[in-house]
Amino acid sequence: MNDQAIITDMPNRISHRIDVNSVGRSQKQQSLAAEKISIEVKGLNLFYGNKQALNDINMVIPCNRVTAFIGPSGCGKSTLLRCFNRMNDLVDGCTINGEVLIDEKNIYDKRINVAELRRNVGMVFQKPNPFPKTIYENVAYGLRLQGINDRRKLDAAVEKALKGAALWDEVKDRLHENGMGISGGQQQRLVIARAIAVEPEILLLDEPASALDPISTLKLEELIYELKSTYTIVIVTHNMQQAARVSDYTAFMYMGEMVEYIDTNTLFTNPKTKKTEDYITGRYG
Amino acid sequence: MTGNVKVWWKSGTQWVWLSAGAISISMIMVFGLLLLIASRGLGYFWPGDIIQINYKNDRDDSVIPLIGEVYDTEQVPTLRLRNAGYKISTDAEYTTRYLLKVGNRDITGADFRTIIEPNIIKQQSSDEIIAVERREWGNFYGYLREVKENGKVVADDKSAKEELDKRLARALDLYDKIHQIEKNDIGAINYKLERLRLAQRELELKNEFNVAEQQETENERKDLEAQYQKLQQQLAGLYQQIKRDSFTARVAGGQVVEIPLAKVVRVFRPNSMSILEKSRHYLEKLWEFVSDEPREANTEGGIFPAIFGTVMMVLIMAVLVTPFGVIAAVYLREYAKQGPLTRIIRIAVNNLAGVPSIVYGVFGLGFFVYFLGGNIDRLFFPETAPAPTFGTPGILWSSLTLAILTLPVVIVATEEGLTRIPKSIREGSLALGATKAETLWRIVIPMASPALMTGMILAVARAAGEVAPLMLVGVVKLAPSMPLDGNFPFLHLDRKFMHLGFHIYDVGFQSPNVEATRPLVYATAVLLVGVIIVLNLAAIAIRNHLREKYRTMEV
Repeated sequence: MNDQAIITDMPNRISHRIDVNSVGRSQKQQSLAAEKISIEVKGLNLFYGNKQALNDINMVIPCNRVTAFIGPSGCGKSTLLRCFNRMNDLVDGCTINGEVLIDEKNIYDKRINVAELRRNVGMVFQKPNPFPKTIYENVAYGLRLQGINDRRKLDAAVEKALKGAALWDEVKDRLHENGMGISGGQQQRLVIARAIAVEPEILLLDEPASALDPISTLKLEELIYELKSTYTIVIVTHNMQQAARVSDYTAFMYMGEMVEYIDTNTLFTNPKTKKTEDYITGRYG
Repeated sequence: MTGNVKVWWKSGTQWVWLSAGAISISMIMVFGLLLLIASRGLGYFWPGDIIQINYKNDRDDSVIPLIGEVYDTEQVPTLRLRNAGYKISTDAEYTTRYLLKVGNRDITGADFRTIIEPNIIKQQSSDEIIAVERREWGNFYGYLREVKENGKVVADDKSAKEELDKRLARALDLYDKIHQIEKNDIGAINYKLERLRLAQRELELKNEFNVAEQQETENERKDLEAQYQKLQQQLAGLYQQIKRDSFTARVAGGQVVEIPLAKVVRVFRPNSMSILEKSRHYLEKLWEFVSDEPREANTEGGIFPAIFGTVMMVLIMAVLVTPFGVIAAVYLREYAKQGPLTRIIRIAVNNLAGVPSIVYGVFGLGFFVYFLGGNIDRLFFPETAPAPTFGTPGILWSSLTLAILTLPVVIVATEEGLTRIPKSIREGSLALGATKAETLWRIVIPMASPALMTGMILAVARAAGEVAPLMLVGVVKLAPSMPLDGNFPFLHLDRKFMHLGFHIYDVGFQSPNVEATRPLVYATAVLLVGVIIVLNLAAIAIRNHLREKYRTMEV
């Protein structure tokens, strides 16, 4: 990963600053149509009370790729992300029209088991939120929910998850210490380990690095790159360079609408709409 | 100058001084109170010196010898005494009046006598005077003469005390054995017989009492009777042994009285005891106070049943109120839609906390005892009729009544605790596929457990001190047996029990001589405060442990 891409922050010259090597990690000129589909969104409209937050969203999320949502504050990217695992159900007065299909089933159907859905679609939040339990118990939480209490099975699963989250070497000697006694970056990776321990298909990351320092962010981005071979990842980020570095496909949203959604390389080098270009060159937002 | 005052005023120093002063005053009051009741109560057990005096009785000008312990001293206006009939020749404005514990109630008819200083003609103290604590008729004071066994003198004069001590030790041992057999063994047999009778009655009511059952019941009864006979024989032997010993002593008036050792608890010579011996005596009496059973209508002996009853009732109440309160709070906070209905419920709950406790007692009596208890008796215990089992005050109804009394506190404390759990933790759990109930059970409620403990501490503190409602729903002056004993089902929730708070009231206001038992009231009060402090400290320790365990970064 080129350090320059991390440290430099000069919006006007972003399209030139993006290192060819980093873009080369994601295939050039990918086509959404050729990808296997993980999530399909059809005509999604979301209202908080009377206020419309999402306006007729139609998109597909490809399998085993990283898709990024970018856009100015309040454009609805986190809201859209939370639609994928029905976390918006927790908000009073939230109404949803339209469909979100995962594995060809509409997750907003009344017959869907929401807990099962959330096991399949994991989420990592902006601020790390480990439980006040030991590291081991944090990671094992999801498994214990499913009724797996056998010590050996849990040991194996915890180790696998922590290794997958690139945290095992750092905490393997202190698995039974409090999960809140580790640094912020480690906590966020613990939360990721906790999420992948239940072996979901899809991982939703809501601005996962915004509360972290640059080195932890670097580690996290490397982790995301590794995870994408096993999981479908959707990441919401404020940081355009991060989106450029990490994602295969990027969606630019503005005021609840999907403005442009195309492979990352094209979006950052050759955006189709003026709004997108204005945003990525830093003229607003 | 005014500038300086203004600066000083603004700095807020005066408020610091004010708050520090207020706290200091509060602490002084609290500790002062504890010291006061401790000093008045704990001095009761120290063996005081016994004096022998020749006292002039003003009514008939006779001089009588008195032996006793000085219990209390006070200064009384001489005029008042003259108006009451005393002939006092001195000119002093105040006269000292003593409350003398003369004991020997079986001989003189009264335990205490008031005497006034001027009428004391001669005072002497002798090392030989003995004080005897007895199981009936209170204390005895006199001079030891002879020790007898089966009517024959075995020791007199110098060696008498030694011999007495030896035999007393043996007699106390025998008494323990007798008590053990009577209370525990024979008590168990009686209990089993009663259960047999009830089982038979139950079958009779269901018309299932046929010949086979009859035979079986008869066999069991014969069995138990046989055991009983064996124990009776044992008892008879022990009684015979314990009846052998006795001693004679001369009382103040000159008569010689014989006292069987079976009736004696303790014999000591306070005038000849060293400080060390007196300390030992003090500690012994203190231990007896907390571990023994009461004698003489609760004015002597120990108050262990009251301690046990109080602690047992508080524990049962805690077990009842905690799930009730926690579930109610969880529903109000997590599941109910926040709106006018929940607001009304919260207002109602908060008002419950303000209802006078005696009203709870009346409610408990009407609803729990008569309605619930009556129906339980009718449905499940028809064989005990007409004697009620649950349709009468008992420890279960007392604990329930106090649980309702302290419910608001637990609900409020738990709700507070639940609101403090950050939303991010809940979302984290839900995002892993937990249902709301699982999140509550595994994450939220454990994290709120320090607040739960706070609620429980407050509930226990309030309930341990409430006496008024208990008088209606389950407390008695003297309980024949304790709610927890060795007979199945071990925990008898239908029994009445004794309570420290009620004991204070009973001893303080309803004992034969209120003045004399005043120190006992203080001693019981000290004990009650001690019990509450112990309960609170235990709960606080648990809460601190939980706080450490569930400490989060932000809270």
